[in-house]
Amino acid sequence: MKTRASASSNGSRTRNLFPILSRKMRGHPLVYLDNGATTQKPSSVLSAMDSFYKKSYANVHRGIHTLSEEATVAYEHAHENVADFIGASSLREIVFTRGTTDSFNMLSRMLTQTFSRGDEIIVSQAEHHSNLVPWQQLAQQKGLKLSFIPYDSRTGELHWEKLEKMISKKTKVVSLTHVSNVLGFISPLKKISKLVHDHNALLSVDAAQSVARLPINVKKMGVDFLSFSGHKMYGPTASGVLYGREDLFSSLEPAYYGGDMVREVTLNKSTWNDLPWKFEPGTPPIVEGIGLGAAVDFLRAYPLEDIFSHEKKIMAHAMNGLSSLGNITIYGPSSPEQRAGVLAFNVKHVHAHDLSSLLNEDGVAIRAGHHCAMPLMTALNIPASARASFAVYTEKSDIDALVEGVRKAQTIFK
Amino acid sequence: MNAVTDQRDFAGEGMYREHILDHYKHPRNFGEWKTCSVSHKELNPVCGDQLSFQLNMDEKGVVKDVRFSGQGCAISIASASLLSDEIKGKTIDQINALSRDTVQELLGVTLGPSRLKCAMLSLDTVKNACQIYQKYHAGGKKHGGH
Repeated sequence: MKTRASASSNGSRTRNLFPILSRKMRGHPLVYLDNGATTQKPSSVLSAMDSFYKKSYANVHRGIHTLSEEATVAYEHAHENVADFIGASSLREIVFTRGTTDSFNMLSRMLTQTFSRGDEIIVSQAEHHSNLVPWQQLAQQKGLKLSFIPYDSRTGELHWEKLEKMISKKTKVVSLTHVSNVLGFISPLKKISKLVHDHNALLSVDAAQSVARLPINVKKMGVDFLSFSGHKMYGPTASGVLYGREDLFSSLEPAYYGGDMVREVTLNKSTWNDLPWKFEPGTPPIVEGIGLGAAVDFLRAYPLEDIFSHEKKIMAHAMNGLSSLGNITIYGPSSPEQRAGVLAFNVKHVHAHDLSSLLNEDGVAIRAGHHCAMPLMTALNIPASARASFAVYTEKSDIDALVEGVRKAQTIFK
Repeated sequence: MNAVTDQRDFAGEGMYREHILDHYKHPRNFGEWKTCSVSHKELNPVCGDQLSFQLNMDEKGVVKDVRFSGQGCAISIASASLLSDEIKGKTIDQINALSRDTVQELLGVTLGPSRLKCAMLSLDTVKNACQIYQKYHAGGKKHGGH
């Protein structure tokens, strides 16, 4: 895909690139607003995977035959493609995982192998469970301290200034979300990076919600580790990435062992393969990796700056439309300028589940629940919320259908 | 029917019938007692909703009265309200015989798999409360003759 498309002016053309979006729901056009959970897939990703299975499929890094060589080249090229996309130096900094959760499990195990009792990990109260539970469990097992940047109800973001007081020479890693999957705020990573590095700690970032919404350059942002999923960026499930600075990756020991990640094995000793393969044991998700590479190609056709400004317009339209109904609580920053593609809200007297059921009748798909962020729900003092989340194919008419559906629900539960 | 194109007619808007909304807005047997025979709380891990049931049993193991509290969607609160009336006068065996069909009959709608979880939270809570009651009274005088 060499031609550049515009996400803002070609909304409906973009929609046509996604076969599932032509499906009718009880006679209504499908309005898919659950992109924070997972995005739909363009034909280019589906056909890249299909044609790879049909023409070049074999295991990688093994056979001395044409298919295996083609598969290896394609799989390694997908790594290079991702490296280029996020501003990494080379494929040596790109480990393919099964998704963000897998990335965090792997990273937390690798890093905490080097920590000592009493060392500190800082996360936030707004993390997705995937960037909380792995650290929490390892901290308990290894006697590490786990601290939290608290939620700030005045701004709808985190108490960023508290990080400055919390961080100390005991702090080894700060692991934070780039874009909150509930509040939609964008973390000030450049500032945080400086603070973290001034204290000789490492910065790990959860880019699951940001990688398909904002331009990302790991070097410019000063990020040491970055985790994201393929399926939230128009790629397949069971694909994902753990980026790590090469000097850090070189010194870290693997967390998982097996075939392909080794150089030489005797009965009593093993040495490790080159980066990034020493962190990819066993047969990797080859075709999913190829699909992820195709998703990167898809995103290249839409400059991320354009997607970001498109989703900001959609966000402003949604916030205005919902607010105009009255009796709506919107969580997170009040300005659409400070948000990226994620809008959690509650309607007075209408539980999020009931709202979602009613919207579903009109073909509108949103998320209802705790969004895998139960500690944040506790801080917000709500059991659940509704969440609409946007993508490159979201149009203003999708938002109009959402707002109309919410209005209808208000009438029923009046 | 093809599983992909099968859009079975699970109750949607029809789910929110007058009596369901009535039980949601004015739940029966809602509240909390200071003491009771058994009390039990369950959480729906999908959404974080929670329900708590309190039962008062007589010597024969029959539910004399019931209170429930908690927060949830219209389906979970209406199910709990309807169920709280339904179990009065029933023995534990009779309560154990209640099924998802009972709950859907009480509601008067057929639910899809995700909303069925909301509806079943109350029955699961009541059944587990009964189990706790039985365990506590196992071998005791109340069930000695069984």
